[in-house]
Amino acid sequence: MLLSLMIFIPLLGMIVVLLLPRASEELVKRVTLIFTLIPLALAVYLFITYDRSTAGTQYVHGPFPWIDAFNIQYHIGIDGLSVTLLLLTALLGPICVIASWRNIEKGIKAYMALFLLLETGMLGFFAALDLFLFYVFFELTLLPMYFLIGVWGGPRREYAAIKFFLYTLFGSVLMLIAMIAVYLNSNIVNGVAEGLRTFDIPTLITLAATQGHALADPNFQIWVFVGFFIGFAVKVPIFPFHTWLPDAHVEAPTAISVILAGILLKMGTYGLVRVNMAMFPQGLDHFTNGIGFWGNSLALLGFINIVYGSFCALAQTDFKKLVAYSSIGHMGFVILGLAARNDSGITGAILQMFNHGVISAMLFLLVGVLYDRAHHREINGFGGLGSRMPVYTGITTLAFMASLGLPGLSGFVGEALSLLGAYERFKFLTILSTIGIVVGAAYFLWTLQRVFLGNLNPKYEALPEINGREILTLVPLGILTIVLGVWPNFAIDMFRESVTNLIDVLNAI
Amino acid sequence: MQNIDSLLYFSPEILLVIFAAAVIILDLVVKNRESVAVAHLSLVGCLCTFAAVLFTHFSFGDEGPISLFLGMIRLDVFSSFFKILLLLATAATILFSLRSEELDERLKGEYYALLLAITLGMFLMASSTNLLMIFISLETVSLTSYILAGFLTHSPRSSEAAFKYITYGAVASGTMLFGLSLIFGMTGTGDLAQISGRLTELLAAGEIAPLAVLIAITFVLTGVGYKIASVPFHMWSPDVYEGAPIPITAFLSVASKSAGFALFIRFFYAGFGNTELMQAVDWRFMLAIVSALTMTVGNLAALPQQNVKRLLAYSSIAHGGYLLMGGVLLTSEGIGAILFYLVVYLFMNLGAFYVVVLVANEVGSEMIDGYRGLGSRAPLVAIAMMIFLFSLTGIPPFAGFFGKWILFTAVLEQGYYWLALVGLLNSVVSLYYYARIVKAMFLEDAGEETTRVPFSTGTFALLSVFVIPTIFIGFLNIFYTFSNISVSVIPMQ
Repeated sequence: MLLSLMIFIPLLGMIVVLLLPRASEELVKRVTLIFTLIPLALAVYLFITYDRSTAGTQYVHGPFPWIDAFNIQYHIGIDGLSVTLLLLTALLGPICVIASWRNIEKGIKAYMALFLLLETGMLGFFAALDLFLFYVFFELTLLPMYFLIGVWGGPRREYAAIKFFLYTLFGSVLMLIAMIAVYLNSNIVNGVAEGLRTFDIPTLITLAATQGHALADPNFQIWVFVGFFIGFAVKVPIFPFHTWLPDAHVEAPTAISVILAGILLKMGTYGLVRVNMAMFPQGLDHFTNGIGFWGNSLALLGFINIVYGSFCALAQTDFKKLVAYSSIGHMGFVILGLAARNDSGITGAILQMFNHGVISAMLFLLVGVLYDRAHHREINGFGGLGSRMPVYTGITTLAFMASLGLPGLSGFVGEALSLLGAYERFKFLTILSTIGIVVGAAYFLWTLQRVFLGNLNPKYEALPEINGREILTLVPLGILTIVLGVWPNFAIDMFRESVTNLIDVLNAI
Repeated sequence: MQNIDSLLYFSPEILLVIFAAAVIILDLVVKNRESVAVAHLSLVGCLCTFAAVLFTHFSFGDEGPISLFLGMIRLDVFSSFFKILLLLATAATILFSLRSEELDERLKGEYYALLLAITLGMFLMASSTNLLMIFISLETVSLTSYILAGFLTHSPRSSEAAFKYITYGAVASGTMLFGLSLIFGMTGTGDLAQISGRLTELLAAGEIAPLAVLIAITFVLTGVGYKIASVPFHMWSPDVYEGAPIPITAFLSVASKSAGFALFIRFFYAGFGNTELMQAVDWRFMLAIVSALTMTVGNLAALPQQNVKRLLAYSSIAHGGYLLMGGVLLTSEGIGAILFYLVVYLFMNLGAFYVVVLVANEVGSEMIDGYRGLGSRAPLVAIAMMIFLFSLTGIPPFAGFFGKWILFTAVLEQGYYWLALVGLLNSVVSLYYYARIVKAMFLEDAGEETTRVPFSTGTFALLSVFVIPTIFIGFLNIFYTFSNISVSVIPMQ
């Protein structure tokens, strides 16, 4: 019940916002803020009261029958992985509302309404326990995102928005086929159909591990694995489906970039864990067993993401594009960690999901702060800002250091664990992947040098320092990076049991 | 059932005839040419017919399907389903026509009478069970639609549309008639209930070649394919849809297609849906190719269109392709999916056309450019249009998604993976052109025209009649159940 409340409160907020008069912009913003703070409060409550000692789903609501003809149910619940990402989503909600406070000039009411709809989609996605519901929430994020980029974005917003939409829909339809195939096979045991078909994710996971069940057939698992994988790979994004991301990031308004990097990318990796790994362990095995090309393919994709993303970032002169490509690189560590499918690999991957959500959110907020003042993002056009904006420089340095993996800050722990896990299985690829870390350090330090050090560009002598509202959005994220850097168990404890459980499933084949 | 007894069960059709005649008479009587009265009378006609459909359905429905007029026509849940669907489309078309400003005021009497007449023909298409009756009903609909397509007497495009329509139509129905005569020649009966059994016997005995049956089926498909605008018989549809008055375009794209599918389903599922027969003569692969081509051609041709009406015409060809997928299977799931999709399609497509009518009236343009800035000039209408378009694309949570969902589930269940993949990739392609309209409405600036476009409360009320089902149908169990029950009664053995 609590969980449903949390998911649908933003939707209620959307209706309330739509009913408010068009002229009262301040009121619209305040109401939106309240409707994003409630889920945050609930998420914190869930985070605190979540029973860390068990892997089972908690706060389950349902299953309630929804569409009987297909045995589709409303069924939600959380485990350690979902609760972590729910907290991240709920945290970024109000931060983005505050970050949008002054920057959105037209149609603030529609903007906030769409944002709230987006939040419902994201929260619902992380909590769904019915595959159909999961898909519906997954797609529910598309429409608001399309408009948020397309209406409030930069000069090439129309192109970026439709590209994002088309890419994601392409992935989704492949996922849809795989999903229907799973549904159609969900009641076939030893070639005989018995009982009702189902979409229930926990049931499906059990069935897929049952000897003789159609879902447990290795060949079947490989094909549906591919279907779901492409669907999620577009979202992560994994090379070669990544080209929408730089466009979408560059054109999206700051707050939407934050959501895009912070949450939407995690939807892809979350889906990989929730569906691909847990439901199709034999499919996963085919792509991660280390034998031949296919056995290394997933790790290879992770490696390509890391190295390719980092080198692309190195070549960028647009600050936001640089951060966007660095996202691709950092998501590569998640893929690599998942491909390792051992304790440290998966733990690292999940931790990296959360950390990247926090750090990339900070980075995009920081880019936004600079853009609002200078109205461009050309890295080479700045210089010496350190003397003009010391506080801003300090926070940026923190975010950069966290992102490039400085020990003591959160980025390090996730990446190190991922690499540690991956090394056990894919030694060669893991060693090569560390190039990404070196390049990562290179482009962040080089950017730091070009923007903040050296002589102050006379054009920017009057650039105002970061203000209180902006600091307010950054402080919670900054604290999290430091806390998770020195005390990663704060987060790991949440999903330790879930990971153990997942590994048991993976080892059972 | 004997002819005289059948008349009571035939009351919906009789009522349509009475009202069509009454409309003509009223038009003569009302001297000041006030077309509103005529339209209202037609609406009353629809309402009375609707009551009659429900009456015949519920008072005699328990006795199971009834054959009327010595086996010419069948009254069952399936035909009631389509009658309700068609009446909704007709009523909507009358309401659109009332608001449309392109129609010639002086001719509206004939116009509404023809609309009722075409509905009568479609009723018969949905319930005929005899080859002869099938052909007659098809021709009734075709002849009437030629006139309606050319109803804009002052517009050369409209006349061109009517002419193209009639040329294609004549060829298609001629071919179909030939196919029907082949079937009659082989089996010696026109009764659908007996055809499949007779053909199976003859094939088993080796008295006729499977090829002969295949040819006959192909020829019949020509006629049906023309009605539902499937490739390669689709060429008429973009021109006709673009040239015809917008309400008629809407009507043709929804009602004509639905009636075509009713006929298709009745003919093939009842007449040829026999497993043994299909093993001997497998024409389903041919149909699968037609379906894949139809949606692909429709979608690709829609991509570069600038005229919204023409774009929707191509999109409706593509939707015919999706629907045909369900027909390929000839399973009850597939047919049920078609019926469900037709309900969804009725609301979303009529809704989209209604917005086209509104925009044509207020902005005076059918081009995508005319939709620029509609999001700020007429937000509610633009949001409604957005919902229709995304529903046509098949994006959750709108009903179009659920329609596609059950269609693709049925297709995958029969193992046609390639067809499902083609269909779904086509959905992705379709997003691009639907989104172009959305883009024009919301993402582009209106330019100098920034004044709000006023719309009446009645407009919004009618719009919500389409918007609300487009959002909610997918979440309601009743529609799934209704379409499944309708399917269960089709087999006639």
